[in-house]
Amino acid sequence: MSDPAKRTEKQEKPSANAARSNSEALKKLYYDMLLIRRFEERAGQLYGMGLIGGFCHLYIGQEAVVVGMQANVRPNDQLITAYRDHGHMLAAGMDPNGVMAELTGRSTGYSKGKGGSMHMFSHDKKFYGGHGIVGAQVPLGTGLAFANKYRGNDGVCLTYFGDGAANQGQVYESFNMAELWKLPVVYIIENNQYAMGTSVARASAVSDFSRRGISFNIPGIQVDGMDVEKVQEAGAEAMAYCRSGKGPIILEMKTYRYRGHSMSDPAKYRTREEVSEVREKRDPIEHFGQKLIKNGVVTEEDLKMIDKDVKAIVVASADFATESPEPGLNELYTDVLA
Amino acid sequence: MSTEILMPALSPTMEEGKLARWLVKEGDTVKSGDILAEIETDKATMEFEAVDEGRIGKILVPEGSEGVKVNAPIATLLADGEDASAAPVAKKAEAAPAAKAEAAPTKPAEPHAPAAQVASDPDVPEGTEMVTMTVRDALRDAMAEEMRRDELVFLMGEEVAQYQGAYKISQGLLDEFGDRRVIDTPITEHGFAGLGVGAAFDGLKPIVEFMTWNFAMQAMDQIINSAAKTRYMSGGQMGSPIVFRGPNGAAARVAAQHSQDYSAWYASVPGVKVIAPYSAADAKGLLKAAIRDPNPIIFLENEIMYGRSFPVPKIDDFVLPIGKARIVKPGNDVTLVSYSISVGTCEEAAAKLAEMGIDAEIIDLRTLRPLDIDTVLASVKKTNRIVTVEQAWPVCSIGSEVCSRVALDAFDYLDAPPTKVTGKDVPMPYAANLEKLALPSVDDVIAAVKAVCYKD
Repeated sequence: MSDPAKRTEKQEKPSANAARSNSEALKKLYYDMLLIRRFEERAGQLYGMGLIGGFCHLYIGQEAVVVGMQANVRPNDQLITAYRDHGHMLAAGMDPNGVMAELTGRSTGYSKGKGGSMHMFSHDKKFYGGHGIVGAQVPLGTGLAFANKYRGNDGVCLTYFGDGAANQGQVYESFNMAELWKLPVVYIIENNQYAMGTSVARASAVSDFSRRGISFNIPGIQVDGMDVEKVQEAGAEAMAYCRSGKGPIILEMKTYRYRGHSMSDPAKYRTREEVSEVREKRDPIEHFGQKLIKNGVVTEEDLKMIDKDVKAIVVASADFATESPEPGLNELYTDVLA
Repeated sequence: MSTEILMPALSPTMEEGKLARWLVKEGDTVKSGDILAEIETDKATMEFEAVDEGRIGKILVPEGSEGVKVNAPIATLLADGEDASAAPVAKKAEAAPAAKAEAAPTKPAEPHAPAAQVASDPDVPEGTEMVTMTVRDALRDAMAEEMRRDELVFLMGEEVAQYQGAYKISQGLLDEFGDRRVIDTPITEHGFAGLGVGAAFDGLKPIVEFMTWNFAMQAMDQIINSAAKTRYMSGGQMGSPIVFRGPNGAAARVAAQHSQDYSAWYASVPGVKVIAPYSAADAKGLLKAAIRDPNPIIFLENEIMYGRSFPVPKIDDFVLPIGKARIVKPGNDVTLVSYSISVGTCEEAAAKLAEMGIDAEIIDLRTLRPLDIDTVLASVKKTNRIVTVEQAWPVCSIGSEVCSRVALDAFDYLDAPPTKVTGKDVPMPYAANLEKLALPSVDDVIAAVKAVCYKD
């Protein structure tokens, strides 16, 4: 592997010696992305029916980022993100039933219905939230990486945040400490082009987020976040960098969200054509599926089967989430303190 | 005409110090900026520079002298052509501290409070041997003992390692535990508080020192939104076994941005425990308990208390229960409820009240959340009068909460309105006289007690 510290420039091409995933692994990437897509579509539907309340931020369009990254994880690796987190939870292997039931505020949800869409955790899957404050997960993820180094294990913390959070001061406080102490953290900037309703061009003096670590000597790589294989490959490289003790690294994922910032966002800040164009030309799932067929990895029929399986899981999760009871009233006062 | 070189105050709280070493001798010519001597405070050894030119006449205080009072003449400085017998001109301060002043603001004035009667603490067995110790050393020992006991405990903060702590609370810890576990951070409270919380999510047990709690406002989001709420938001799956600690409240002459009591702010937040000890014994026993506690702990120290000494039980593993108040002095006529440095104000007031025939009971809350209201109510049911004493602002203060609870739960026992003595409702002024006026005094407490006892 070349030393990424030497280049913060764009890297679009997969390196020639990248390992070829086998067909099962490729199918799993497709499956995982589709599960997120169908899950989010269903969550949007339940929101519309009033079964999910409050804020609900859908990940549709960005699936390749988290699925590609999580394909590289080892048992000690952790992940943490902000409030657009349903996809991260599914990619981390959390149970769709428990996630959907949390969205509907039921006792069977991951947080017993007390967290909701933005605040979910799984100790078992090393998913550390689910944070509602823009940028707050970045010092937290840096702290998780600190714990790995303190314990002397090989864990890397995948810390996800958006192009909006990338302008928060605490992000740079974290960058400084992570590089100073050589902490094993991959900062994954999911640049979906819009910080809530404000485009990158209108909010960021420098829009190439892969360069945001330069003054701390943190290398950065710009990745096509709509291409799951490229994401996986960049992720593998970044995680190897961290595991080798070199400190943090930044991956800027160029991606796109199809839906509004939250369910209540009419997204008037961009044209319908802009969204349709991305959907048609760069959709991470559609294009990956076509590629798998073209390369003879799967047949059209195989993909239909996957879609059927995924739909069944999602429908079951929606049933589970709407049939589960609300938390008992005694839960109001539990879990405040240990 | 010769002038006197006076013992310098090298921090706002310094009252005396040790003249560790003279770097000049009689007859030496000095010019502005030359180092004259090394002065040891209880926090640091600092160099002391000449301000004016001249020749050292007489050295009045030999090196190695301890307890040299601030402003005492330590040498004379001669102008050109004078000899050492020239009469010194009094009252001209000759020198300024060379070291950076920011690190250690502290306070003079406040008279030494009587030592707390730790032996009366039901958590300390009768007949336990006591050793006299400063609050500073008690806090250090608590951390050191817990770090020896549990490998997952570590300390991080500004200047905690190589500098040995801005207020010397972490003295010696770097030497014993190394830089893996005693970690100097950049001056980025928001970032390192969040980093600490993240490490705690993973099961480490960080002690995060804020140089003062004033600076923790920069970290408020991580303390409240990340540390305090995660256990609840995760349905009990994970939490933050973390201690945030540092000096809280007014120091001395450091004015509005550095003199604020955050007790009520944090005590209003579910998901944290808030501790504000007064004595060295409580500081030690409660800090050890805090480090072992699986919840986020807000540990509010007081800079002026750091140098004060108290008897501390000589017990191998002295851990006090969080959430229990202590009756500092039993009494029958009025209940004084306080915490942190104001407990000392109550002790002084109680001594004077006794001379007036008023027998005050003093309760040190020690923990502000959870509040040990039962101890307060039991006392009020006995004395029928309550005065709360604190340095914080009056609006929505700890005293406000205590008075409200007493009014609700012991209304029928009250012979007078629950009364608060607090700091004034203004940002802390710099001028010495105004600062004094802004803080509750012994006389304020006496006046409030006389009012609730209907005595004039």
